[in-house]
Amino acid sequence: MFDLDSATLSRMLTALTLGYHAIFATLGVGIPVMISIAEFIGIKKKDPHYTLLARRWTRGFTITVAVGVVTGTAIGLQLSLLWPSFMQLAGKVIALPLFMETFAFFFEAIFLGIYLYTWDRFKNPMYHWLLSIPVVIGSTLSAFFITSVNGFLNTPQGFELEGDTVTSIQPLAAMFNPATPTKVFHVVSTSYLTAAAVLATIAAIYLLKKKNTLYHMKALKLTVVSVFIFAIATAIAGDLSAKFLAEEQPEKLAAGEWHFETEEGADLVVFGTLNENQEVENAIRIPNALSFLAHGDFNAEVTGLDQIPDDEEPPLWIHYMFDLMVSIGFFTLGISLMYMVFWKVKKWNEYHPLLLWGIASLGPLSMAAVEFGWVFAELGRQPWILRGFMTVSEGATTSPYVGWMLILFIGLYTVLSIGCIIALRKIFKGNPAEHELEHRYPEVAAAKEGN
Amino acid sequence: MSYELVGISVLWLFLYGYLIVASIDFGAGFFAYFAKVTKKDHIINKLISRYLSPVWEVTNVFFVFFFVGLIGFFPDMAYYFGQSLLIPGSIAIVLLAIRGSFYAFENYGSKENHLYMFLYGATGLLIPAALSTALTISEGGFIEETENGVHLMYGELFSSPYSWSVVFLAIVSVLYISSMFLAFYAKRAGDQPALDLVRKYALFWSSPTIIASLTTFIALSQQNPEHFQRAIDLWWVFGISVAFFMAAVFLIYQGKYYGWAFIAVMLQFFVAFFGYGASHLPYLLYPYVTLSGGVTSEAMAVALIVVFIAGLLLLIPSLIMLMRMFLFDADYVKGKK
Repeated sequence: MFDLDSATLSRMLTALTLGYHAIFATLGVGIPVMISIAEFIGIKKKDPHYTLLARRWTRGFTITVAVGVVTGTAIGLQLSLLWPSFMQLAGKVIALPLFMETFAFFFEAIFLGIYLYTWDRFKNPMYHWLLSIPVVIGSTLSAFFITSVNGFLNTPQGFELEGDTVTSIQPLAAMFNPATPTKVFHVVSTSYLTAAAVLATIAAIYLLKKKNTLYHMKALKLTVVSVFIFAIATAIAGDLSAKFLAEEQPEKLAAGEWHFETEEGADLVVFGTLNENQEVENAIRIPNALSFLAHGDFNAEVTGLDQIPDDEEPPLWIHYMFDLMVSIGFFTLGISLMYMVFWKVKKWNEYHPLLLWGIASLGPLSMAAVEFGWVFAELGRQPWILRGFMTVSEGATTSPYVGWMLILFIGLYTVLSIGCIIALRKIFKGNPAEHELEHRYPEVAAAKEGN
Repeated sequence: MSYELVGISVLWLFLYGYLIVASIDFGAGFFAYFAKVTKKDHIINKLISRYLSPVWEVTNVFFVFFFVGLIGFFPDMAYYFGQSLLIPGSIAIVLLAIRGSFYAFENYGSKENHLYMFLYGATGLLIPAALSTALTISEGGFIEETENGVHLMYGELFSSPYSWSVVFLAIVSVLYISSMFLAFYAKRAGDQPALDLVRKYALFWSSPTIIASLTTFIALSQQNPEHFQRAIDLWWVFGISVAFFMAAVFLIYQGKYYGWAFIAVMLQFFVAFFGYGASHLPYLLYPYVTLSGGVTSEAMAVALIVVFIAGLLLLIPSLIMLMRMFLFDADYVKGKK
């Protein structure tokens, strides 16, 4: 039934779990920030609309966080179950950030539990808002530590390998490897961006369905402005990441950009296809832009795939992943900027259906970009599991049962997805914001709505 | 004290923490289902969900903490356990995932769904059984190392009296710990009907718990005579555990000091668990990994211990805050907040 070897099946199962977990992990890092901002504005402006926004987001968040926790546990265990030899080696060097990640997770879990069950428990609402801070810190620190582990896989350092024995371990050097700063910046900014975009999508869809209440308008304004700010941060992080790649992982950048020959003043290849002779066709070429992207200088030399041994080349199709990720990033920046221009220019209508449709597309697109970005980052270090030290096939389990486990986990994620959708519908379908506003804050609902 | 001993003690402490908090959770699932079948669910389900809702995520972290720490301090364990435990490990992940997420899904809806309650109850017993496999195989005799890698011998595992007695012990202990805790919590809530019910459960599950402990001991003497001998040398530790057990059952039977009774239960398991752990040494995984052989480098061990202390300084006040707000806040427990 399974013709593939254990290593290939292990890769498929790991990709499945991580790809699924990434959706919920991204929301888990970003949504607490949005909740905290909304609650703060609600308290400062004494505007119950924002407080209700925070409350309703929190309720939906508990569902996504549950899936994030259980799939995170799954990948935590699967690392050892599917890649035992790799964990035996890498565990010696990166145990520190892995351990710290669970501390951050612990911290977040404790305060999330408290935050969820203490609405209305304090006389001064600021005390409740303060509880959101450790949740934000915990989730962002989690992202930091776990991303530093991923950074280590890309640019391992802080140890020496003598035969099979790992010596001279420096835990901090391994954690703060060259890839860590740009990776963390990029992961955190895109998580905030994606969470804001998903929430903007929800607000835009309500407005498109002609639920033109003040509540949804305020939700749209808050989320789209946040999208704009985080999109700028993401663009900066992306640029720094490209410069990092040129410096430390030229094979990933070269494969992603279809840059075959080392040259000065390298062109940037946008989209296109490859023919049988590995020649680029149908592409848009931006002269000298790759040199600028890589080194901040239009005439700088960019290492090409000709410098990389053939058996260490990443697959060339990651080019599409890179282009899709970057295109979505610029589209997001453009749409959110347009919304703000339309909003500031009095004559223009920032609730024009076409613009709302554009905003509605940002959530799914940003999430897709997160996945494309991870595929690019992970496939871009093939064939290595630990770049320069261990290949993927050397790290995999020898168990003959991985194929069955793949089926088991496909079943699990199907069940989790169905449960998640049913639960979210149950929370929001029968209880629209207008009802809840009327119920909780009758004085606000009494004042005229919907101008 | 050597780094490796500090490391394994820390990990053992977290595994003990998981044993207590997870047992409460897993047992509660079973009792919730059992109460539904016997049409007594209106009595205790509110009580259970008031306690579990704020803490289920924390319970999960104890477990993650243990296995991440184990790999950190003893990377060789990742190799042996990882190679051999693919199937039981994956099954445990799936059960934990279904249980954890569906708890959150259902928490905001109704708890009327019969199938859901059945799954919730059944996973509460299957998860301890799946997880206890890891402890079982650490005694040796269930895995073999060949040129093709390390493999779990399923035939040996399923035909061994030891592995079945561990599974049985895990399940009855879960029900015992959970019912003891629920009795304490019902007393705090001043909920007399619930208290009467869970007190009966607690008394009922105490005898299989002590019987299973004894049979596991006897089966261990067959499975790993050396370990059994080291446990006999520590006989007084297990004697103290039995004394705490008798104190706990006596207090529950008297029906007065439920708080002390639960503390006695915690001490009973604390002493027995550390006695078991101490007699297990110097092997972590017999005969492949020993305490000193499997340890990570000194630099990493120091770093982990430093982080561990810093982490505890952060966690302990937070955990106390959590408990004061939800466990020891009488108004919350009674449902007034």
